[in-house]
Amino acid sequence: MKALSPIAAVLAVLAVVPLIVHSNVILNFLVVALMIALAGQGWNILGGYGGQYSFGHAAFFGTGAYVTAILQMRYGVNAWLGFAAGIASGAALGGAIGALTFRSGLRGSYFALVTLAFAEVLRIVASVAPITGAGVGTLITLDISARAFQFQSRAVFYWVILALVGVSLVVTRLIERSRFGAWLMAVRENEDAAAALGVDVSRVKSAAMVISGAMTAASGCFYAQYFLFVDSGIAYGTWISIEALLTPIIGGVGTLFGPLLGALVVRSLGELAKLVAGDAPGLDLIIYGAVLVAVIWFSPRGLIGGAVQAHKRLLRRLSPGTSCAGEIGRG
Amino acid sequence: MAEPLLSVDRVTRRFGGLLAVDGASLTAEEGRITALIGPNGAGKTTLFSIISGFIEASEGSIRYAGEDITGESPHRLARRGIARTFQIVQPFIGLSVRENILVGAHLRHRTRDSALAAAEQVGREVGLNELLDRPADTLTVAGRKRLELARALAIEPKLLLLDEVLAGLNPSEIRDIVPVIRSLCARGITIVMIEHVMQAVMSLAERVFVLAEGRVIAEGTPAQIATNPVVIEAYLGHGAAAKLGASNGQ
Repeated sequence: MKALSPIAAVLAVLAVVPLIVHSNVILNFLVVALMIALAGQGWNILGGYGGQYSFGHAAFFGTGAYVTAILQMRYGVNAWLGFAAGIASGAALGGAIGALTFRSGLRGSYFALVTLAFAEVLRIVASVAPITGAGVGTLITLDISARAFQFQSRAVFYWVILALVGVSLVVTRLIERSRFGAWLMAVRENEDAAAALGVDVSRVKSAAMVISGAMTAASGCFYAQYFLFVDSGIAYGTWISIEALLTPIIGGVGTLFGPLLGALVVRSLGELAKLVAGDAPGLDLIIYGAVLVAVIWFSPRGLIGGAVQAHKRLLRRLSPGTSCAGEIGRG
Repeated sequence: MAEPLLSVDRVTRRFGGLLAVDGASLTAEEGRITALIGPNGAGKTTLFSIISGFIEASEGSIRYAGEDITGESPHRLARRGIARTFQIVQPFIGLSVRENILVGAHLRHRTRDSALAAAEQVGREVGLNELLDRPADTLTVAGRKRLELARALAIEPKLLLLDEVLAGLNPSEIRDIVPVIRSLCARGITIVMIEHVMQAVMSLAERVFVLAEGRVIAEGTPAQIATNPVVIEAYLGHGAAAKLGASNGQ
């Protein structure tokens, strides 16, 4: 399929990396970046394509991580099944939050605040409830075997997370090309106009939230298997909510490769800032923040959006005859 | 006589203390063009929003195709075949013209290919075929009005509610779009139009309802409405009809 060939190309390039690079530090960096990209792609479905900006995607990430860990450690469920159950719980939670928020007509900043509240409530509950290990967290016993979803080599983990990112890219592409996708983008642009064209707005948004929740939960499940430890601050912490929305916004909100590009760029920036800042405490965060502000300032639609715009401007300059008054007026 | 496709029965809508629509009744015969006119603030757009499900009626009922549709949600009504355009155009500005129409076309066409084909056909019908790949926000006012019309048509409606699609257009643009509306009617689509451009109302509508201060004050053929003293007074003020009659008589 022609629509999927760019995805195949990107995945092929990324798949050969572990064959060339053997440094565990670099592989570890890439695994985490891809995990964030997966969480970001989940956010992108709802926020980028559906225009519903969530500040609390940690709710899904944490649920995925906890369900995977708890099912294994407390109920002896197979790790792969736990992983699948984690994704399913993310989807279910997405459906539940979607039904509660969209049915009652919450939009814009109200929606963002309510999602943030859900994530915070879950974090607080997880930090006291016995089943999550409360303040201590849940440790997954080391058992390096494919059956337990644990691998000696980072390269294997890398390919696993790359495959998950690949699935998320394919799903996103299929949504872009589907009726659901057309309706979702219409909802993002104008809910009333969409409803007038027969779009069931709250249902479309809820469906997007289910898919979004499942994807971000998958990232959380992977976290649990990779680090073998979950606690409330990691699982439901604001850090992942921010990473999940920052990566698509930096990379290109509502674009297929935005979250992936954004995750690689944001994560590299973070590491670079640490190198530059050396030992000065907090300086790396200041550098990191300044660069992010600069990116958003100069390219509000993210790196991909900015590149597309620059390309269009170039084309227009090359063929002045075809440009029209309306476009010139817009500058 | 068969039941009209749409009948609005004594619909009232209050916004707090304001009576926007006050017991208004109107009917639209199948396959005809019906016009709804009236001075600014008469409640025409509110009435449209009630018919298309965006605003709930405080009282009264609406029947469409033999069924009571009072209080149904906009997307359900769209699925039943009621399409509306917005007086203040509402394009999906982040999307191209083709994608805008595609959203509507998807209602009756599940697959992307068939929806795209339908969208392109509708685009041609309203004269947007040259502009299909342009971003919607680069269109002129006339282009945006056509896009409103195209999107509404893409859901393959039986009843089309047009809210001032001619407003803001220049005379030559109006001349271009009037035949488009007439051809839709010829295709069997029932049209109810809110319009201030009287020349278009006169040439298009078979039946006219006049709304003033939320009430239907007159109905009839365009010719009857144009000479109705009550209507003239609603537009020009009390006593205007008598003065006009006097000056005509001399």
